Amino acid sequence: MKGKGLPVLTVVFVIIALWYAAVVPMNVKEVLTQAERAGAEIVPPSAADRRDASRWALILANVDNLGESWAMDRARLPAPHQVVRELWVSTWGEEVNGRRGIVQSGSFSNRSLVYHAGITLSATVLGFAIGSVAGVLLAIGIVYSRVMDRSVMPWAIISQTIPIVALAPMIIVVLYSVGLSGVVAKAVISAYLSFFPVVVGMVKGFRSPEAMQLDLMQTYSASKSQSFWKLRLPASVPYLFASLKIGIAASLVGAIVGELPVQRGGLGARMLGGSYYGQTEQIWAALFVAALMAAALVWLIGWLERRTLTAMGVPQ
Amino acid sequence: MSAPVITAKSLDLTFETNDGPVHALRDVSLDIGKGEFVSFIGPSGCGKTTFLRCIAGLEQPTGGAISVNGMTPDEARKARAYGYVFQAAGLYPWRTIGGNIRLPLEIMGFSRADQTERVNRVLELVDLAGFEKKYPWQLSGGMQQRASIARALAFDADILLMDEPFGALDEIVRDHLNEQLLELWARTEKTIGFVTHSIPEAVYLSTKIVVMSPRPGRITDVIDSPLPRERPLDIRDTPEFIEIAHRVRDGLRAGHLDD
Repeated sequence: MKGKGLPVLTVVFVIIALWYAAVVPMNVKEVLTQAERAGAEIVPPSAADRRDASRWALILANVDNLGESWAMDRARLPAPHQVVRELWVSTWGEEVNGRRGIVQSGSFSNRSLVYHAGITLSATVLGFAIGSVAGVLLAIGIVYSRVMDRSVMPWAIISQTIPIVALAPMIIVVLYSVGLSGVVAKAVISAYLSFFPVVVGMVKGFRSPEAMQLDLMQTYSASKSQSFWKLRLPASVPYLFASLKIGIAASLVGAIVGELPVQRGGLGARMLGGSYYGQTEQIWAALFVAALMAAALVWLIGWLERRTLTAMGVPQ
Repeated sequence: MSAPVITAKSLDLTFETNDGPVHALRDVSLDIGKGEFVSFIGPSGCGKTTFLRCIAGLEQPTGGAISVNGMTPDEARKARAYGYVFQAAGLYPWRTIGGNIRLPLEIMGFSRADQTERVNRVLELVDLAGFEKKYPWQLSGGMQQRASIARALAFDADILLMDEPFGALDEIVRDHLNEQLLELWARTEKTIGFVTHSIPEAVYLSTKIVVMSPRPGRITDVIDSPLPRERPLDIRDTPEFIEIAHRVRDGLRAGHLDD
């Protein structure tokens, strides 16, 4: 990590600065309306006239009355510190100080992001497990069976071209009618997104041994399962982890998309709820939690990868 | 010469390719006796590797007959008649040197104790004692190739088939390995089939040199070496050695005349 800190911090700083700057034009009309109600002189003086005016012109004409840009309630674009405050309030604040928080009631509050992140995480992990196992099994089938090689791969590719947002509600409905709902239904959507990178990566991984290494196995009269366990599987490990990293991120997206039509908690539900009621801070806070969760999950797989490869004798 | 362990009679092998059939081997007949060191030499495309692969049952001839220890190559392989050494060491990077040598033993179902005993014995044989716990990347190219020879020796096959095993190594390492290989051959009394494109290597190592030429792949000369079995490296400066080398070179040149 040494030496990486400064560039990363610089990028973060630039993004935050751009964000603060963008807040002004994004919120200018609401800010001016609010200032006008408070008694300030605004040019032009009526909200109807300002509706079609250019944001930049309004900013230039009312430079003195933009002070509230970074403190608006339900802003179009909330400022970073507002999002951070919302994050704090809806996690620590809600759980530790809130009446329904874990400290007071013994269970997570359904108004806290911790609670919703937990719901999303469980669907993500379950879906990821299903998708990864299915992906590896399909890859084994594809590598060992000509018929599967020809028939499965095109369908796997087609499956990924359908927009998941369109497909998710139908999957939820169909699964509900056969008695599956809640975390399992969302996990199916996660699995649907995460199996694909695993199939593609593992087919490549299982086929990565050179012809010479396969010949060597043949000179030992090794059975197919011996070649698999002793050659193809260990050779595929680096490919496995690369696939799993993509798979877990896809899985999280799947879980969130699956929560949109269900509305029974989770970060997806939180985001949609926020957009219904114009609670932009809530949307952004949920987005950040999702991003942090994805980063943590990918890091976790990276850590497992390093541990595994070290155990397999790969120089680090 | 005792009864041949490998017999090929009018062996033909034709590959069907998009550009029409390729005659990799045509009418190849050869007997290899027990304990012989036979080199196959020739330009690329002469079928020397293909012939070795036919002995191993890795290629199926399209005509003629081949037997190993009186069996078909497939049966001989299942009876663990030979160990095969490829041009690249091909050690599994995720296994230690010991683990790599253990690989064929695990597949063939040797007991745990037997595996350990054999690994130690063959490591000793190729001068790699003490390297059991090292990973392949910690060894030089020459040491890796020695480990791969140890792997081929681990299950006590009588025949050792080697496909340009030292082709990727530099001259000095190669000389050293050639010397060691002769020593190993003398100690173990294996029958060795050795593919090379180096004339000095073929002459230095072999009791029999098979000169081959391409299009179609065929044998143009078989030279029984008069050199003694005991061969110090400086035997390469003797007139006998140079004479055989000349004959091999002439054979290779003759094969090229029809180009």
